[in-house]
Amino acid sequence: MVPITLQVNGQEVKAEIAIHERLLDFLRNELKLLGAKEGCGHGECGTCTVIMDGQVVNSCLILAVQAHGANITTIEGLGNTEELHPLQESFIEHGAVQCGYCTPGMILSAKNLLDKNPHPTRKEIQRSISGNLCRCTGYQKIVEAIEAVAEGRKGR
Amino acid sequence: MSKVTGRARFADDLSFHGMLFASTVYSQHPHARIKKVDMSKAMDIPEVLAVITPDDVPGSNGVMRGFLVLAGEKVKYVGDGVALVVAKSETAARKGRDAVVVDYEPLPPVLSIDDALKSGASLVHEDKEDNIISKSRYQLKKGDLERGFAEADFIVERTYETQFVAHAYIEPEVVIAVPDFNQEFMTIYGSIQNPFSARAAVAAALGWSVGQVKIVQNAVGGTFGGKDECAILNACRAAIASIKTHRPVKLSLSREESMVEGPKRHPYRFNFKVGVKKDGSILAMKSELIAQGGAYNNKAQFTNWRASIHATGPYNIPNIETRVFGVYTNTIYGGAMRGFSSPQCIFAQESLMDEIAQELDMDPLELRRKNALSPGHTLPDGQLLGEGGLPAPLPDIIDNTARKFKYSKPAQPQEGSVKKGIGIACGFRGAGLGAEAGADATGAIVTVQSDGSITIVSGLTDNGQGLKVAFSQIVAEVLGVSLDRIVYPTTDTSIIPDGGPTVASRGVMIGGRAMEKAALEVKKKILVVAGEILQLDPEKLTIENEEIFSPDNPEKRVSYMDVVSRAYATGQMLAALSWFSTGVPEFDYETGQGKSYPTYSWGMVITEVEVDTETGLVKVNRALSTHDVGTAINPAAIKGQVYGGYVMGQGMAVLEDIEQANGFVKSKNFDEYLIPTAMDIPDIDVLIVETGDTYGPFGGKSVGEPGTEMAAASVANAIAQATGRRIRNLPCNLERVFLGYNLTRQGTAR
Repeated sequence: MVPITLQVNGQEVKAEIAIHERLLDFLRNELKLLGAKEGCGHGECGTCTVIMDGQVVNSCLILAVQAHGANITTIEGLGNTEELHPLQESFIEHGAVQCGYCTPGMILSAKNLLDKNPHPTRKEIQRSISGNLCRCTGYQKIVEAIEAVAEGRKGR
Repeated sequence: MSKVTGRARFADDLSFHGMLFASTVYSQHPHARIKKVDMSKAMDIPEVLAVITPDDVPGSNGVMRGFLVLAGEKVKYVGDGVALVVAKSETAARKGRDAVVVDYEPLPPVLSIDDALKSGASLVHEDKEDNIISKSRYQLKKGDLERGFAEADFIVERTYETQFVAHAYIEPEVVIAVPDFNQEFMTIYGSIQNPFSARAAVAAALGWSVGQVKIVQNAVGGTFGGKDECAILNACRAAIASIKTHRPVKLSLSREESMVEGPKRHPYRFNFKVGVKKDGSILAMKSELIAQGGAYNNKAQFTNWRASIHATGPYNIPNIETRVFGVYTNTIYGGAMRGFSSPQCIFAQESLMDEIAQELDMDPLELRRKNALSPGHTLPDGQLLGEGGLPAPLPDIIDNTARKFKYSKPAQPQEGSVKKGIGIACGFRGAGLGAEAGADATGAIVTVQSDGSITIVSGLTDNGQGLKVAFSQIVAEVLGVSLDRIVYPTTDTSIIPDGGPTVASRGVMIGGRAMEKAALEVKKKILVVAGEILQLDPEKLTIENEEIFSPDNPEKRVSYMDVVSRAYATGQMLAALSWFSTGVPEFDYETGQGKSYPTYSWGMVITEVEVDTETGLVKVNRALSTHDVGTAINPAAIKGQVYGGYVMGQGMAVLEDIEQANGFVKSKNFDEYLIPTAMDIPDIDVLIVETGDTYGPFGGKSVGEPGTEMAAASVANAIAQATGRRIRNLPCNLERVFLGYNLTRQGTAR
C-alpha cells in the first residue's frame, strides 16, 4: 500500500492505496464518486473521463498513484442539484442526453475545451469530444449543446 | 437530470451488503466437447467461494429456446459459459476464472452459411436433423412469379451480404442477484432490456415460479435490442450463484466479454432475381434470404418473418415470391438489434434498385418514383393503400425529400481523386410486432396520489430512448395537468402484468396506447368527482390547466387538487390499470398474405459522400432523413432518435464488422471494433412528415427503428455512385472501397 494525497473536486483527499489500483477504481470504490464509468477499460470509449491538472484523461488508464499531488475534477465537481453548470443545463435543454452513460465524460471533455478555448469552432468541439463515444445521440445534439454554451446561449 | 450530474445509478453503480462477485469461464473453442472441468486450482484461491457448473443449476439449464445457462457437454461458440467462479472480490473472481482448467475435445466447426448447408456438415445442435433453425422459414407469395418474369424485358440477378454488427452500447452488461431467503424471493437488478423475458428465464433456471422473481431495471446505458439473451443468461448465473452462496452476487461483463458473448445484428445473404420492363416497371421479384443465426437462436424466427414481409421494398411489384430461413453456425449469434433485419433488407433491396436503374440508364430517383407504392396499390401482404386502406405517403416523400435536399446526380466523370456521390434509400416499416407472435398487447397503470402527484407504470421500459417523457406527456395531456405532477418509477415486474418486450418500436405505439387508455379511465373518474362538486353532468366536463369546468358554463369551475382531495375524502379511487391489445391479426403464414402489421411508417434518406479513391476513405458530408411519424408528439425527441439512428447506420455502412477467424472473435473492444465518433458525423437534416395515421396515441408512430434502417443503404449507394464500383457486401470499409475486396475477411490468424 502507498499513501497518496490529491485534490478531488476542490477537496483534499488522503488515502492508502494498492500500487496497481486504477484511478477509476479509486474514484468509484474508495471515494464513491460513481459518475465516471467503465465502458471499455482500454481508454477507447471515454466514459471514465476526468479532468486531471487541466487535461482530460481516461481514468481507466491512469494509476491512482500517478494522481498523487494532482488536482482532479469529476462530474460530481460540476454544479449541484440547486444550480447546474451551464453545460449540464444546456445538455438537458438540447436533448443531448439519451441513455446518459457517456454524458459525464462528454460534459467533462466539453468543460475542459471551454476552459481553454471559450469560443471554439464546431470542428474544435467535435475534436474535443472525439474520445468520448456515444451510441445513442449521433453526437449532433451534444455538439449543439456545447456550441450554445460557447456562444453564451444557455437557454432555449 | 441525474444523468448530467453523474448521480444517475446504473447497475454497476449499485452494491449490496455482503455482495460477492462472479466471473464466467468462457469456452476456448468454437466447437468442442467438454471432457473435464478441473476447478481445484480456482478453489485454492482464498477469496474464491464457489465454482458453479451446470450440475449446480437447480431448475432448467436450458432457457430461451435452447440457450444454456452454462454449457455442460459441448461448447458451440467461443461465448459459451462453461463455469462460473464466485469470489469476494472482482479481482479474485477473475483470477479464479483463469485458474479453472477445462479439457476439450475439438470438433470441426461450422463457420458460415455455406458450411452450415454443406451436405455432411457437422451439426451445431446434435439433437436436430440439420443446421437449419426450426421455425425460421417464412415465405410470401403474391401474384404469378413466372408470368411476371415472362412478361419482363430483362432479368437482373444479384447477391448481397451483410455482416455481424455489434450494438456497442457504451455500458456493458451488468446484473446483480439479491436473494431474500425469508420468502424465497429473488430480485435482479440489471441492465436488461426486457424484464419480463428475464423474469421467465431466471425463474426457470431456479425452478421457481415467475412470481418469486422480480426484475428491477436501473438506468440502462443503451441497449438497441441487445441487452437481452446475454444479459439474461448472466442474470440466471448470478441468481444461481446467489442461491448457492446465500449472498448477493454481481456479474459485471468487461467490454471483451460483452462483445464475445452477446447478441449481434444477424448477417443475411440475399439472392434476388428481378424481372423489369424497359420503362422501369418492376414486374416480378424472387428473393431468397438466409440469416446466419450463430450458435443459438431466440430471434431469427421473428427477424425472418419481418424480413419476409419487407424484403422486396416499398415498391409496387405485382408478382413476388420471398423465401427466408436461418442457419446455426459455431459463431457469435444473432439477436435483436435496432431495425430487426430491416437495415440488412434495405441495404440489399436499395442496392438492387440502384443496380436496376444502372441497367436501365435511369436516374435512381426516377426508378423509385415510378415504382413507389401509391394509393390504390396493395402492399406485399395484400393490404390496400389509399382510400379505404392505409396511408401511402411514399410518392410525396420522394418528391419532397428530393426537393429539400436539392437532389441532382453529380456530373460524371469527376476530376481528381476525391469523388462525390449521392445515394438514395427508401423504406417502409410495419409498425409494432404485427403478426410476428400473435397479438401485440401491453398494460399501463395510472394512479392519482393524495398529494395530486400521478404515478404511472408501464409494462414497457425506458432504455434511454425517451419513453418516460413520451408517456408522461401523454398522461399530462389527457388529464390536463402539469407535467411536473407525473412520477415514473423504473419498471418492476412485480407491479404490472407481463406486457411483452420493449422492442419493435412498440414503445410509444402500443405502450402509449395503453397509457392513453389508462389516463382516459382516470380522467373519467376525476370528472365524476368534479361533477359531484359542481353539480354538473360529468359527461359535459373537461379538464384544462388543472381546472375542471363545462365549456357551456366556464365560470363554474373546480381545481384538480380540490377534486383529488374530495376523491380521497369520500373513498373514490382515482386509478386505472388498462390494457391495450391489437388483437390477433388475420394473417396467412403460408402465403404471407393478410394483415401483417396494422400500419406502416414510410421514409427516405438521401446521403452525400466524398470518397478518396486513393485511400478508400469515405467521408459522409450531409444527409436528409425523412420520416412519416403519423403525428409528431415530440419533434425534438424524433430528431434525437433519427440523428442517433442515422449514425448507427453510417457505422454499419463503412466501419463496423465483427471480424472472426475460425470462429474466434478478433474485434473485441473499441480499438478494433470502430464505431463513429463526433468527428465522423455528417450534417443531418430531418424532415418530419405527418400523415394523419390514426393508429398510435395521438396518431403518433414510432421512429426509433426507421431512423436507422435506411442510412446504411443510402451511404452504400452514394459510395457506389462516387466510385462507379458496387460493393455488394457490407461494410464498405477502406479495403473494399479501395481494393474491391476485404483483406482480413478470410484471415486465419487467431
